[in-house]
Amino acid sequence: MFDDPAVWLPFVFAALMGLAILIYVVLDGYDLGVGILFALAEEDEKDRMIAAIGPFWDANETWLVLAVGLLLVAFPAAHGIILGALYLPVALLLLGLILRGVAFEFRAKAHVGWKRLWNRLFFAGSLLSALAQGFMLGMYTLGLAWSAGNVAFAALTAVCVAAGYAMLGGAWLVFKTEGALQVKAARWARLGLIACAIGFAAISAASPLASPRIFAKWFGWPEIALLAPLPLAAGAAFLGLFVLLGRMPLKGDTWSWLPFLGGAAIFLLAFAGLAYSFYPFIVPDRLTIYETASAPESLTVILAGALVVVPVIAGYSALSYWIFRGKAGDLYDH
Amino acid sequence: MDALVLARIQFAANISFHILFPAITIALGWVLLYFKLRYAGSRDAAWMDAYRFWTKVFALSFAIGVVSGITMSFQFGTNWPGFMTKAGNVAGPLLAYEVLTAFFLEAVFLGIMLFGFKRVPGWVHTLATFLVAAGTTLSAFWIVALNSWMQTPSGYEMRDGVLHAADWWAVVFNPSMPYRLAHMLLASGLTAAFLIAGLSAYRWLRGDREGGVMVALKSSVRIAAVLIPIQIFAGDQHGLNTLKHQPQKIAAMEANWETGPDVPLVLFAWPDEENRTNHFEIAIPSGASLILTHDPNGVVPGLNDFEGNHPPVAPLFWGFRVMVGIGVLMLAVSWWGAWTLWRRGDAGLWLGRALVAMTFSGWGATLAGWYVTEIGRQPWLVTGVLTTAEAASATPAPMIGLTLAMYLIVYAGLLGAYVSVLFYLARKGAQPTGAPQEGAIQTALGAQAT
Repeated sequence: MFDDPAVWLPFVFAALMGLAILIYVVLDGYDLGVGILFALAEEDEKDRMIAAIGPFWDANETWLVLAVGLLLVAFPAAHGIILGALYLPVALLLLGLILRGVAFEFRAKAHVGWKRLWNRLFFAGSLLSALAQGFMLGMYTLGLAWSAGNVAFAALTAVCVAAGYAMLGGAWLVFKTEGALQVKAARWARLGLIACAIGFAAISAASPLASPRIFAKWFGWPEIALLAPLPLAAGAAFLGLFVLLGRMPLKGDTWSWLPFLGGAAIFLLAFAGLAYSFYPFIVPDRLTIYETASAPESLTVILAGALVVVPVIAGYSALSYWIFRGKAGDLYDH
Repeated sequence: MDALVLARIQFAANISFHILFPAITIALGWVLLYFKLRYAGSRDAAWMDAYRFWTKVFALSFAIGVVSGITMSFQFGTNWPGFMTKAGNVAGPLLAYEVLTAFFLEAVFLGIMLFGFKRVPGWVHTLATFLVAAGTTLSAFWIVALNSWMQTPSGYEMRDGVLHAADWWAVVFNPSMPYRLAHMLLASGLTAAFLIAGLSAYRWLRGDREGGVMVALKSSVRIAAVLIPIQIFAGDQHGLNTLKHQPQKIAAMEANWETGPDVPLVLFAWPDEENRTNHFEIAIPSGASLILTHDPNGVVPGLNDFEGNHPPVAPLFWGFRVMVGIGVLMLAVSWWGAWTLWRRGDAGLWLGRALVAMTFSGWGATLAGWYVTEIGRQPWLVTGVLTTAEAASATPAPMIGLTLAMYLIVYAGLLGAYVSVLFYLARKGAQPTGAPQEGAIQTALGAQAT
């Protein structure tokens, strides 16, 4: 069956899009999280927090363009249905991304009298983006219908995704900063982790209850046994990270990268669970990836380019992280 | 207002706001590379000062371009779902290649360019500057290819009511693409050159005449003086190409109703679509025939050949005249400036004022030109294949109106902040910013700033 391009191409593109979303969530998650943590930071700590994400945020956000772009080019009908149903949260997401993206630059370049305002907008934009993404996740999980119950559930997932991003942001700061800020960051990450755990449990419980199809996929035999490692691993990751963050930073700053890796692992596990639940649907319970895919010859053209270019992107992204390795310095290196 | 009109206004508002920033950064990236290379060649600190100052402007402009660009990638789906459903097989790969080959390149190397000065060897930093410039230009290549394909589609075939690409080379290098790309890249060059010249002249007028200001002023005026005649030539060629492939657009730009020879060049008029005539017309006899066919007896198409199927006349007629008018001003000011700077080795009071007045002239011409070409494509979204109305979404009008109001407020605020920060940076000068110095700058400028 997989020797038919009309079958394997949509699958490959769904996988590519999923990968782009996952990378986006983890990478922009930490820099949105740092923005959310602005609310808890002192004014004099904010430049250092920005320095820890400055060289990376723009590339991080590009993964969103790639994810949405892949949805647009590979599954055009789904792009219209999903973004049409989520019209308002999408607009709020864009508003948030616009505000925080420009605040990055304005806070450093405008007259100092305006800096406090741009700091606030950076926080507000980051929080709004995270909430909107969480809200969209919630609505998507329950099938994109605007009922009161669905909206309430989506409000819960919104808060939890924002908390999860704050956790990633805190963990990133544990990795990239030192001194008092690093100690604070570990505490912030732990707070985010607790709120994120509640939301994670709520989504895991609600999705099978809301959709009989998902229920059948998880609780049939032998699926339940084969899938058991997934929630167990997530539980272990939450618990391990909770204990670890309580002890951060360690002597000599060893393992300072581990909390971020743990946070990323939690997002990976959550993502794997969602991907398993929804496959092969791209619009939940309505349209599959095979029904909405673009023509095979167009997908082949994109795939050929992607196979050449994506490794190059990975290479120079890695180069950038290597160049800016170590603790974040003063904001104005240039 | 109905949902289609609101969706069009919303998309137009977003794309108009967005294009302001790429129009600067596409060319400014190459100017930065030029400054960097001049510094590397001469070790003259003036070039480095110019590089540092304009890197700040680049970073700010780029950030606004990125976030307004993200908005666009969502709005293709929310506002025009029918576009991707029908033409996605052709449009999709062009957009995908833009993201894959350009967006990541410019984003990653911009990080290295802005924050890596002390962390990488000089040549790596110069290479990063080059890759950022190359990335912005590559991005322009793909998006202009797509836009041109929507204007003059080729290389496709229709199967089961959906478009499929038959020849990718013909899709990318469609008939209007080389002309539009050249016209846009030159427009960016002029936009950036007049921005640099305007802000440098502003600093010059304030008595800030350090080396960095002077090299930026002289370079930018020279760039403008060289580019504007090339742009006028490229624009003429682009117009002839449009005459061949989209004659109805040319007829609307010239407000010419009847096809025929000896068509006059209308300088001023009030086009009246209802009665299909012009009021208050001032025209040069046979002018349009001469310009468009290079022959006073040449036949120029008229709107009546396309009744019910041509774009609205007034916006094209006026948009075109605004663009050409600004172009003429650009020619006059840049040649006057180049002459003065060459003869005197310095600017003068009136030249300085003229350059400051022209700071954002590139924005005016670029927007006017894009309005001509985009409104000129109506009622089609893809010429001859898909109309704008067919591609519209079912989103209710109040929802579009609400989000449109939100975008307009945000964009107005950002535009105001952007312009005022540019002038603030110009007043502050080229000294490296940073937490320790900011207190001192505040004291120094405390009286006149804010």
